[in-house]
Amino acid sequence: MTVHNLYLFDRNGVCLHYSEWNRKKQAGISKEEEFKLMYGMLFSIRSFVSKMSPVDMKDGFLSFQTSKYKLHYYETPSGLKVVMNTDLGVGNIQEILHQIYSYIYVEYVVKNPLCGLNESIQSELFRNKLDSFVRSLPFFSARAG
Amino acid sequence: MARQSSRGGSESKKMSSELFTLTYGALVTQLCKDYENDEDVNKQLDKMGYNIGVRLVEDFLARSNVGRCHDFRETADVIAKVAFKMYLGITPSITNWSPAGDEFSLILENNPLVDFVELPDNHSSLIYSNLLCGVLRGALEMVQMAVDVRFLLDTLKGDGVTEIRMKFIRRIEDNLPVGEE
Repeated sequence: MTVHNLYLFDRNGVCLHYSEWNRKKQAGISKEEEFKLMYGMLFSIRSFVSKMSPVDMKDGFLSFQTSKYKLHYYETPSGLKVVMNTDLGVGNIQEILHQIYSYIYVEYVVKNPLCGLNESIQSELFRNKLDSFVRSLPFFSARAG
Repeated sequence: MARQSSRGGSESKKMSSELFTLTYGALVTQLCKDYENDEDVNKQLDKMGYNIGVRLVEDFLARSNVGRCHDFRETADVIAKVAFKMYLGITPSITNWSPAGDEFSLILENNPLVDFVELPDNHSSLIYSNLLCGVLRGALEMVQMAVDVRFLLDTLKGDGVTEIRMKFIRRIEDNLPVGEE
């Protein structure tokens, strides 16, 4: 099992943070373009899912998977979005994405008054904590899944 | 210390509420020195509160695991029973709903911010706890609710209770960022 990469978006679509661990294939476009493309797709999926759902939804969009990878999506009521790509073997990780929000983002960005909230996160401490949190996940492995 | 919140299990940190109350008092005192005009102090307190609320809401959501509220009544319940309890150790009561359900009042029997305060006569238009209005407004704005928050009654001004009036203005819609098709 493995974790490929992770995106954090704010409520306005700004990519606050991007980390990469095991990504063999790059998008072939600039990172800025990639972030916009990713956010645009997420935005569309959210509205698609809410319009297509035949019943009232509680959680909305949670994940999708292709033949090779799985994208996990978690959104807080304040609009922060945590997006993690893993291989197919990983189950529901909403709780883990919530932990990234509450133990890492809130603790090291929101509670740091020097970190602006609507701009890309520069804090070294945040990066390190996030990196070690993700590396300690049971399904993190440097070996390709 | 006595009326601090005990919510959230082991990770919730406790602090003497007196430290908070006195620090807030020092802040108001300083602002009164800086501005002379009570209206400006009110404005500044509201603005500082807003900036706090914008960040506090993230802490709140992370700690409480409260999901999105579907109507204003649910919002009122969460504010009074969860948020006020968590941060101030009190549970205001919710009353005076407008017929349309877009306005309600929070009644505070005792306002922890004013424990040691007596308003001097020359500050009759000072809204001592106006920071709270800003906090509520800022926090709700982050969960896409534009609200108007104001003090109607204040024990500091001789009223029997403190009343904060909340009025729902509109839902803030998500927008695609500019430059996106």
